Formats: sequence, C-alpha cells, structure tokens
Amino acid sequence: MSSAVSFRNVSRRFGSVRAVDGVTLDIKEGEFFAMLGPSGSGKTTCLRLIAGFEQPDEGHIEIFGETAEGVPPYKRNVNTVFQDYALFPHMTVGENVAYGLRIKGVARADREAKAREALAMVKLAKYEGRRPSQLSGGQRQRVALARALVNGPKVLLLDEPLGALDLKLREQMQEELKALQKTLGITFVFVTHDQGEALSMADRVAIFNDGKIVQVGVPTDVYERPQSRFVADFVGSSNVLSPSFASHHGGAAKWTSLRPEKVGVYAPSTAAPAQNAHADGEIKMISYQGSVTRFSVAIENARITAEVPAGGPGFEQGDKVRLIWPRTAMVTMEDA
Amino acid sequence: MSQATTVEREEGFLDRVSDFLLARPKVFTVLLLLPPLLWIGVVYVGSLFALLLQSFYSLDDYSGLIVHQFTLATYAQLLETANLQIIFRTVAMSALVTLACAVIAFPIAYYAARYARGWTKALFYLAVMMPLWSSYLVKVYAWKLILAKEGIITWIAKGLHLSWLLDRILALPTIGGPSLSFSYIGTFLVFVYIWIPYMILPIQAALERVPSNYIEASADLGAEPRQTFWTVIFPLALPGIIAGSIFTFSLTLGDYIVPTIVGNSRLMIGQAVYTLQGTAGNVPLAAAFTVVPMVIMGFYLWMAKRMGAFDVL
Repeated sequence: MSSAVSFRNVSRRFGSVRAVDGVTLDIKEGEFFAMLGPSGSGKTTCLRLIAGFEQPDEGHIEIFGETAEGVPPYKRNVNTVFQDYALFPHMTVGENVAYGLRIKGVARADREAKAREALAMVKLAKYEGRRPSQLSGGQRQRVALARALVNGPKVLLLDEPLGALDLKLREQMQEELKALQKTLGITFVFVTHDQGEALSMADRVAIFNDGKIVQVGVPTDVYERPQSRFVADFVGSSNVLSPSFASHHGGAAKWTSLRPEKVGVYAPSTAAPAQNAHADGEIKMISYQGSVTRFSVAIENARITAEVPAGGPGFEQGDKVRLIWPRTAMVTMEDA
Repeated sequence: MSQATTVEREEGFLDRVSDFLLARPKVFTVLLLLPPLLWIGVVYVGSLFALLLQSFYSLDDYSGLIVHQFTLATYAQLLETANLQIIFRTVAMSALVTLACAVIAFPIAYYAARYARGWTKALFYLAVMMPLWSSYLVKVYAWKLILAKEGIITWIAKGLHLSWLLDRILALPTIGGPSLSFSYIGTFLVFVYIWIPYMILPIQAALERVPSNYIEASADLGAEPRQTFWTVIFPLALPGIIAGSIFTFSLTLGDYIVPTIVGNSRLMIGQAVYTLQGTAGNVPLAAAFTVVPMVIMGFYLWMAKRMGAFDVL
C-alpha cells in the first residue's frame, strides 16, 4: 500500500515533556486525514514533524517513501497553511501567493499567472493587488490556502486553519476545503481540536491524547465504537457506564459507552421492544438546545443523558421516566 | 447603627476641579497638552526658527558685525571649496559610520530578538545599555588612550608581531595618519563605538515584531535560510534599520567632540559650527552650517519613504 506519510515509533521531547510519544501512523495517498485532540496532545507537533519544523528524537518518518529525518522544510514537497495564516505583511496578496514560485526561480509573468489562477480557485480573483492587512480573516485564510497550493505540494498540512473564523464562515470553508481536496486529489493532513470539524471533513481521524494516538479510524468508527473512555468523552459527548451498571442493563461487565442520542425517554412501564435495554429513573435536569432537548436522568447511583429531537415528549423536571435504548448502541471499551 | 450610615463625602476644592474636568474631557486634554506644546512650540521650534533666521543674515567682513538684512550670501559661502569639503567629509563619515553600525548591530540584534531568553536577554540589555551610563567624554578620552601611539593597540600589535600591518594601515592615504588617534580611522572607530547602541535597539525592536512563523512559512514555501533572510527578515527589519540609521547618521553629522579629541585637524560640520559661532563670531555662517544636516536628514527620510522602508509600519 502506498503511504503519503508514515511514522514509525516517532517521539519528540521538549525538555522533560514527551510532546509526541512513540507514534506509529500511516496516512494514505489522497486521503483527508484529521488529527484530533485537546491542546497539548501532540497533534500539532506531529504536523510540524511532517513539515520539517521539528525533527524527531526517536523513530522514523517517511514522506512518499523518502526518509524525512534531517531534511529541512525547504527541501520537502509539503506545504502548510498556518493557524494564523502567516501571510507576509510587506507583500501584496499576489506576491504572497507567488512567493514559493519566485523562490524556485519561476519567471515573473509565469508565476503571476499561476498566482492569479490559484487565487481564482479560492474565489479571490482580482485581489492580488491588496495587502493582507486589507483582508478579512476568511479572505486571509483563502490566500494562505492559495499560497500553499500553488506550489503543487504532495501533502497539504493545515494547522487549525478554521479556528479563527466565525461559525457560519467555518461551516462554509469546511465544505469548500472538502470539495477542493476531492478535485485536487492531494493528501490533506488537518489538525483540529474541534471534533465536529474532524468527523464531518475527514476520511480518517486519529485521536491524540498525551502525545499518543489512542484511536485511528473512519469517523463513524471513531464515533460509534470508541475504544476508550477518553475517545468516548472527547468525540461527542457520551454516557460512560460502569461494568456493573452495564451488565445489569443488557450489556457486558465492561466499561461501556452509550451515546445520548441513542437513548429514548418514555413514560414509566412502557414496554421495551426486543433487543432493547431499559432503565427507570427520575429527570433531574432538562436543557433545551434548539434542535434537540437534553434530559439528565438519575438512575440508581448513575446519571444518564438522553438527547431527544425537538418536539419529543413533554416531560418535566422530577418526572419518573423509563429510558430505552438498543443494545447495539452499547459499545464496550478496552480500558476504564 | 454604624453599619447603616453612609459617609457624606466632603466636597473639597480638588474634588470640584476633578468633577469639572471629568465632565469636560476636551478642557482636560488641552490642559494636559499645553505644557509640552508650549515647550515644543515656543522653546524648540521657536529657537530653530531663530536659527534659520540667523542664516539669512550675513557678517560684515570689515567690522565683524552681523548685518541684519535678508541675504543668501551666507548660503553662497557654504558652496566655497573649503566649506564644501567640510560638508562632504562629514557626510561621508556619517554614511560610513552608519553602514558599519548597521552591519555590526544586525547580528547582535538578531541574536537578542530571536535566541536570547531570560538571563541572556538581561545580559544583552546590560551590555548594550551600560556604555550609555558612563560619560560620553570619558569614553572618548578612553578611546584616545586606546588608539594613541603609546596605546594598547600599538602594544598588542607589537606583541603579535603585527606592527608592520598597523604601520601599513596608518600609511594609507587620507584615512591614515601619524597614529590611530590622529586619523580618520580613529574618528570612525570611536563614532561606531559611541553610536552603536542607538542602532542595535531599534533593529532589535523591529525583529522582535517578526513572528517566527513568518520564517517557518518562508522555509515551508521552499526558501533556504539565505533567501528567507533577504526576502522576509531583512525587509521587515528595514524600518528598524532606518530608525537606527537616523540616530547614527544625524548624531555623527552634528557631533564635534569626537573629531576634536580623536582625529586629524580637518574640521567636520560640528566643529565648524563651534568655531564659527565662538572665536570667529560668524553666527550667520554657523547657522547656515547647522541647516545642512537638517536638509540632509530631510532628504534621507524622503528617500527612505520613497523606497518603501516604512510600508510595513
């Protein structure tokens, strides 16, 4: 199989901190790969290891089959879209985009034409004469993207590129990035701490915690079958059931994850359909979220959160209810 | 009972003044700005104007009295060969000192801005600022001793069997002389030493404002360190270099102490002004001479602006 990027037992230490701790990873050619994790989990350091801004202390990195250790950033065929864009303030938008080509010695007319093309691709045609300071955040983001893509990289690295944008713009850019990746067919490696972003855009997601990869998989896998409490908690919200609770309510005697949206809220003594589990409890809190309503229900000494689409049952705080969920929604996890 | 009482605030004179000012922010701003505006407007610009006025008067050669009549004759005097030489000599010295300061200061400022942290940064500031704490005259006289024929440089050259090199340098036409302390080389060295902090600090401040991810972005786009330096770091440091060069250039243009103590007897503008307004009593020509650095600096700033040195600001 052809890997765009492969890590073998890669570690990177900063003083006594192991920012990246024994990471082994294969990113396939042409895939949209997301690195997801809380801040300080090592995902950005991994990206910087691919870009060449950091060198591994241990382990081996290959980019398209070529050893990457000791190769400086300017000799790697990868380009980065920086978190705060890092557009050069003393150059126009056009000069920024043409910078990589200018460094490579491409003739002026040629590189200007290519820069215009790249700007048109990110819907910023006719902006080449402006200064970065005259653009909005979303426009700067597009310029940074054009500046990276104009070099025809084999791998495009994106470091939280949508972090500074407001919600509407972010959603729009997510779609555009995804479409762009499809048409260009370039491997995208995307770092984010936003799980929604990772799940909606990526072909595969790696979840980082404490410098290690705790799970890699396609978004549905990671979301539906978290292998650890950390993943269950970090990717969406989840009810984590103790082994004893799980075994009493239709599951195995293991730590178990149960997604709130899989849990239905019904009147007490409603009959549970076959292949479903149930538990009785009392509503402690109701929180209205617009498209869904979230019920927090006390059962024995546990709390289970259920998410019900808007227009569901009209229960009130303190009501006795029965929670019903399919047994297949209970996902056992490897560790506590 | 004591809990419930509110303290009745006594309205003193100052309270009323502050209430008055709070309600009228414009009056407050004017009051704050008045003293510095008076200082700059009357004392500074006023005396500058008086100086300018003097340069349009002339000296009566026979009586030695100042003729209070508008004339350009004094400026015409500036164009006499001897005076033009003074101007050229000073400008050349200032330009060379500025260039040397920039070349020496840049790596120091770069290190301080990019690599120095914690105690190395404190040490940097101490090393750059400490020479400014001691008297200017003491430093210049110290240099006179260092550069003198019996001084430490001659002694070291002898110890290293390099006396021939020193002699050859001193034998150079124009810039050489009987000893380093009586040569343009000596004047140049002292100027560079004295003014270099004024070059280091602005460059360092400019480099501090260049985020490291610009440098990473440049490398990411394929630029080798040398290319990154000339296309990203240098252009962004340029306003700092220009700011520093304004200091070193104008300070050298106007200085008369350094060339008087260390150097040959050929005059620089500062010395010319000093002798003309003192012993010679030719205040108009002295005033005309002081206008020269102002015009040169104005021209220099205009050129720098035209070349886009301030575009990043």
